[in-house]
Amino acid sequence: MKQMGVVCRCLMTLVLTAFPLLAQQAAVPATPPAASASAATPEVPQAVTEKLNQLEQKVTTAQSSADNAWMLASAALVLLMTGPGLALFYGGLVRQKNVLAIMMQSFALMALITVLWALVGYSLCFGGSGLVIGNFEHAFLRGVGAMPNADYAGTIPQTTFMIYQLMFAIITPALITGATAERMKFSGTVLFMTLWFLVVYAPMAHMVWGKGGFLNAAGGRFPTLDFAGGTVVHVTSGVSALVCALYLGKRVGYPKQPMPPHSLVLSFVGACLLWVGWFGFNAGSALASNGLASSAFVATQFGAAAAALGWCLAEWLKNGRASALGAISGAVAGLVAITPAAGFVGPMPALAIGFIAGVVCFWMVTRIKGMFHYDDALDAFGVHGAGGTIGALLTGVFAQAAFNPIFGAGKPVGGLDGRWRQVANQLVGVLIAWTIAAVGTIVILKLVDLLTGLRVHEEQEIAGLDITLHGEEGYNLEA
Amino acid sequence: MMKIEAIIQPSRLESVKEALLEIGVQGITVTEVRGHGRQKGHTEVYRGREYIVDLLPKIKLEMVLADGLVNRAVEAILKSAKTGKIGDGKIFLSRIEDAIRIRNEERGEGVL
Repeated sequence: MKQMGVVCRCLMTLVLTAFPLLAQQAAVPATPPAASASAATPEVPQAVTEKLNQLEQKVTTAQSSADNAWMLASAALVLLMTGPGLALFYGGLVRQKNVLAIMMQSFALMALITVLWALVGYSLCFGGSGLVIGNFEHAFLRGVGAMPNADYAGTIPQTTFMIYQLMFAIITPALITGATAERMKFSGTVLFMTLWFLVVYAPMAHMVWGKGGFLNAAGGRFPTLDFAGGTVVHVTSGVSALVCALYLGKRVGYPKQPMPPHSLVLSFVGACLLWVGWFGFNAGSALASNGLASSAFVATQFGAAAAALGWCLAEWLKNGRASALGAISGAVAGLVAITPAAGFVGPMPALAIGFIAGVVCFWMVTRIKGMFHYDDALDAFGVHGAGGTIGALLTGVFAQAAFNPIFGAGKPVGGLDGRWRQVANQLVGVLIAWTIAAVGTIVILKLVDLLTGLRVHEEQEIAGLDITLHGEEGYNLEA
Repeated sequence: MMKIEAIIQPSRLESVKEALLEIGVQGITVTEVRGHGRQKGHTEVYRGREYIVDLLPKIKLEMVLADGLVNRAVEAILKSAKTGKIGDGKIFLSRIEDAIRIRNEERGEGVL
């Protein structure tokens, strides 16, 4: 049987190669004599070579234009997640007297991290090829121009890649402010975030995404799959948030005194903006306007939707009703969990990842937080730490070469491809993120506590941070 | 002259206003207030944390009326503010010594 197959294949090959020849021979008599004149000069005329070169140039330019348009739009979308998205989401969750203070923290990070990024941040994340952290190759944005950086994104100007990555560095520390809300000094926050960005974010981003980083999916010692920042963004910020909440202690009156969100309408608008902005975050992480971007876009939508339903369902079973706050919290948890997976999984696993994250994060926020008595004011750990960890681990389970053959054509990627070892790699990535975040945060907190202090005075906390720290109020409705 | 103070459900304000206008009440003062009587508040749940809200939003109406109008006004309020459920509110009546119009310093029932 096997021999028959081989013979058949040989015959087929013969017929297929012969067919065009036959067709050509048949065509020859029909060609006018002028054809033989051109046949006398076998080399391609210079005009044609030039034309080909021009065409090649134009194709490259066209691709670069398309990719660049999408990446600039994505960068703007990711900034939209911090301001106004996260600012509104968190702003609505605090009490009225602290609304400006929490929004100001997000906004201050938009300014602070941008300046740090230009000076050394980009270089520490993406300069050189170190194992743990970048170098000063691109300090002050030296050498960052219109030419693409082939190590990261070969079709877009390096300036675009640089500004896109900046938006990630902005939102990551901003997420932590959810845990320190309503009681941390503004001076302490600014100093803490500066150090945290340099000590925790920069190495983590370089290890996972940077050239030569030892968790890098392409060639690292423990290739960790993290498409858009499950470990780099959400695990680091979530775990640091937990450490901050433990170190700072509870808000005055927590948990006896009621501290309900002052405007779920603001939170609702913020969560919807986060969802929209997340398309830039996840689909943009393809770093090109291609099929991978579409695949990540789709996974993002499905993950968010399934998680919103998962959280609502859990709530319905427990409390007998679904709440608006539950629905939006669930969607954010799903977006967090799908972040590392977006560019590696299909739509059905995306639904599964989202649903699991929705249910688990509901349980983290409603049960675990109460059990351990920490005051993670706006649930930065419960949503980002837990959701990021679940998402990173499930990425190892559900990643498939069919969606992103990251280890080479035809090579298996995750558990669904039969390569369960990837789950272990993911675990290493997650553990390192947890460790760096926890240790780094404790050290920085101690230092900042000595230099500027961390917590406001009790009277300030009771009067509210808007008036005591910033000298203004969010709502002067009678003015 | 008597003063009527009525604490009512916010949702009944429009119909109470209409009923009072119909019987010829000319001036009322409306305040948004919070409070509770024998009614217990309700429970709100935010991310699993339960809050008992015991001070509920209410509307307070105040009007000073000539003696002849008081009974009809009370009846109008009773009819239009009643939902039959707990939390419908209360009406308080008190005597008023005098009334003065600021514009022309006129005194007595005529200023009402």
